[in-house]
Amino acid sequence: MTVMTKKGIVDLRSPEEIRAERRKGRTGVYLIAPGMLVLALFFALPVVVLLAMSLYVKPEGGEIGEFVPGFEIGNYATVLAAYWPELLRSFGFALIATVLALLIGFPMAYLVAVRLREKTLLQGILLVLLIAPFFSSFILRTQAWKQILADEGFIAQTLKFLAILPADGHLTATPFAVVAGLTYNFLPFMVLPIYANLGRLDTRLLEASGDLYASPMTSFFKVTLPMSAPGVFAGTLLTFIPAAGDYVNAALLGNNRNTTMIGQIIDSRFFKVIDYPGASALSFVLMVSILVLVTIYIRRFGTKELM
Amino acid sequence: MTTLATRTETTATGADLHLSGITKRFSSFVAVKDLDLVVPSGTFFALLGPSGCGKSTTLRMIAGLEAPSEGSISIGGQDVTALASHQRPVNTVFQSYALFPHMSVLENVAFGLKRKKDKQAMEKARAGLDLVELGHLANRKPIQLSGGQQQRVALARALVNRPQVLLLDEPLGALDMKLRRQMQLELKNIQTEVGLTFIHVTHDQEEAMTMADVVAVMNGGRIEQMGPPRELYELPKTAFVANFLGKSNLMRGTVSGNDAGMLSVMVNGQAILLPADRAVQASGEVVVGVRPEKITISREGYAGENRLSGTVVDVSFTGTTTEYLVEVDGIGTLGTFTQNRGQQPAAEGDTVYLSWEAQHSFGLAGAEHEDAGVDQP
Repeated sequence: MTVMTKKGIVDLRSPEEIRAERRKGRTGVYLIAPGMLVLALFFALPVVVLLAMSLYVKPEGGEIGEFVPGFEIGNYATVLAAYWPELLRSFGFALIATVLALLIGFPMAYLVAVRLREKTLLQGILLVLLIAPFFSSFILRTQAWKQILADEGFIAQTLKFLAILPADGHLTATPFAVVAGLTYNFLPFMVLPIYANLGRLDTRLLEASGDLYASPMTSFFKVTLPMSAPGVFAGTLLTFIPAAGDYVNAALLGNNRNTTMIGQIIDSRFFKVIDYPGASALSFVLMVSILVLVTIYIRRFGTKELM
Repeated sequence: MTTLATRTETTATGADLHLSGITKRFSSFVAVKDLDLVVPSGTFFALLGPSGCGKSTTLRMIAGLEAPSEGSISIGGQDVTALASHQRPVNTVFQSYALFPHMSVLENVAFGLKRKKDKQAMEKARAGLDLVELGHLANRKPIQLSGGQQQRVALARALVNRPQVLLLDEPLGALDMKLRRQMQLELKNIQTEVGLTFIHVTHDQEEAMTMADVVAVMNGGRIEQMGPPRELYELPKTAFVANFLGKSNLMRGTVSGNDAGMLSVMVNGQAILLPADRAVQASGEVVVGVRPEKITISREGYAGENRLSGTVVDVSFTGTTTEYLVEVDGIGTLGTFTQNRGQQPAAEGDTVYLSWEAQHSFGLAGAEHEDAGVDQP
């Protein structure tokens, strides 16, 4: 609160008020400090270390795992030339899994959020079932899928009986199994944001749309879907990003030929081959690619709520 | 049923709406009971009643948003009972407006036309917005408009489709009093201009009387009485209508004579004259009524045929009028008012003479409860 006088700008606040305001400002800083500190220590610093590490060089006659600081941009060219198929495959698998999760997850979210709105008990039970997978281990659930899709399992046997799957065919160790695992594991991340969004859907708008000659199908595409766009948007991002970097599904449900994802390569570069610069460069490429893809996606489909 | 000739004629401007034997049950609650109703084409029709009387349910059944438990609905001779809402030639202006928040005002108005694959959807939508004087806001989002403007967009969105019947579900309920009066006049003008059948649901009796050609007063899932507003007001047939539509003074008495069509009703020993053709029943116990403005109040003497005297118990000044409550021994408290034309008003405690013309009395069945419809929300 200041005013202009002949003497210039004068602060009209009493010293107590000024001090109180400064205290308020300082309280805010204190409150965000722990979060900022955690981010700086466990995110910003590792990213910087990762970037530096990706440029390290192996000294002449050095031992395995011995690297010295350098500025070897060629590391990036090397890993990209060697592993671009795995990188593309990761994004391909993640994209298919995201689309499948959307197709499966949207009706689930719609059922719970809109159709069962009046039936609170049933709604609660289904919501718990949606979240229930989080109570068990990710690895364990993926391992379970190995059993579900096993050669002697019910699904493979049925498909073989119906001659959809050839007698010597497999479900495990195939791209199908990996995508199925990804879809299953990240489905809740798709359903929950859409559920939260559809929970606020004003069904009177659907009545209005029906009153204005829109069939239920048209109402869905013209009203329900556009209105739930922010939820769909959040769900697809929350599914795509972790799915692209995932390596557990590919490792447990895939093979060595046509299911290897970039996460597995990074894992083996780091811990088996002991190629820290190569692994770091790949990690960085993965991070930047996701960032670029997500930015394009947000620019194209983003809603105001997320920008 | 209408003939083919008149049916084709009526589709141009709207169509007759027939409800026959409509009943709607929600589990154990009966919202609408065996309702029969004919709304002629081109009528501004008001369904008036307190909340919970079944008027909104009736409207929703016409729109196809609720299915009747029994009975049938036909529009212009076509049975629409089994049709879904999007298949009916009917549009609704919702109480909540229900504008699509993700579309511009123009897109909202064009929505119905586009669904009907109208090639001139955008042109018609613009013309519709111009009709409600909002052409300049076509590209805004609904949330950027005021309540009154949103209401007009909702009206335009329904009107541009030229439905055979336009349904209005308390569309003015959310507006403030001044804007409401203005919109009432506008709605009435638009209806006259486009000539569509309007069915307007409201609990505001003044709104119903100002706007509608025909008013149906609903109570407890039934229509109590239906007719032009003036007829309903001047000659109510039930105590509910007498009290809900304006105010009434109701007095219980017994018919003691009939002289050439003029009944004489003894109310606590005083004879009140009541024309037989204005009475629901002409013998036995009846309830005699008279509207407050028909009563002349005076400290000097009587001016009409029906005469009662009493003591003023309450005087309230309202600007153009002064309202009085007068206690009449053995009969009860009667209300009346006078125009403020400079005369000295009666004061509390004064003895006054109340009188009115016999032709202003109306008679209700003795079984009626005098308080029915008083202070209904």
